[in-house]
Amino acid sequence: MKQKIQLSCQTSALAELRRFLEQQLESTSLSERDRHQVTLAVEEVCANLIIHSHKCNGRDHIFLSMNDLPDRIIFEIEDQGEAFNLLQYETPDIQRVISEKRKGGLGIILVRKIMDEIQFESHQGTNTCRLIKFFQS
Amino acid sequence: MLTIDIQIENTHHILTPSGEIDASNSVQLDESIRHLSESGAKSILVDGTQIDYISSAGLGVFMSYLEDFQEKGVSLKIFGLKPRVYEVFQILGLDQLISIFPDKESALAE
Repeated sequence: MKQKIQLSCQTSALAELRRFLEQQLESTSLSERDRHQVTLAVEEVCANLIIHSHKCNGRDHIFLSMNDLPDRIIFEIEDQGEAFNLLQYETPDIQRVISEKRKGGLGIILVRKIMDEIQFESHQGTNTCRLIKFFQS
Repeated sequence: MLTIDIQIENTHHILTPSGEIDASNSVQLDESIRHLSESGAKSILVDGTQIDYISSAGLGVFMSYLEDFQEKGVSLKIFGLKPRVYEVFQILGLDQLISIFPDKESALAE
C-alpha cells in the first residue's frame, strides 16, 4: 500500500516526518531496530534537501511516498529544488569529518549503510531519490 | 522537542538532553557543550538515558568537539544510551571514537 506525505521545507517538519514514518512502519515486517534506522535514513535525505537544496524555505515542499511491498519497502522522495544526487556525492571519511570539524557529511554515510539500494533520477525539474530496504536483509 | 539540563556533580558537568535530536535543534546541544567548554569544564558527562532519537546533526556535534577536547584535555563521555540510539553511533563507528559507557557508574569509574 502506498502512503504519502508532503513536507514544508523547514527543519521543524522533520519531527512530523518521523511521526508519519513511525505510524506507517509499524504495520510492516521490519523489526523495531530496522524501523528506527530506516526512519533515520529517510530523515537524513529529507534534511539534506530541506537545508541544502531548499535553504529552509518553508514555501517549498518535498513529497515522500512509502510503498510497502511483500519483499521490500520503497521510499520515494521527490522535490523540485537543486538536484542532489546522493549517488554522485563522495562518501566522506570519518577522520576528515573530525579534523575539519564538519557537522555535516555523516548523514550520507548513514543512508548508505542503512539502505540496501539508492536510486536517483531527475526528470523535467523533478528529482526523485528512491531508497529501498529489503526485508530480512 | 529537545530540552537540555545541566547539573554539576563534584568536578563533573552532567549534561542531560531529553527528547529527539535532529537538524532543527542540534544547535542547542552544540551551544550547551560550547558553553560548558568555554566556562572551563574539564569533565563533561552526557547522560544519554533520555535521548529517544539522534540524527547525524546531533552526532556531528559530538564529533566536532573531539579534537578540540583532546587538545584542551577536556574529557567527554556519554553514558546510558538506549540500544537503538547506541546502534546509530555503532553504524558510523563512533563508538570507537567517543567514550561511551553503559551507565553513569562505569563512566565515573574510568
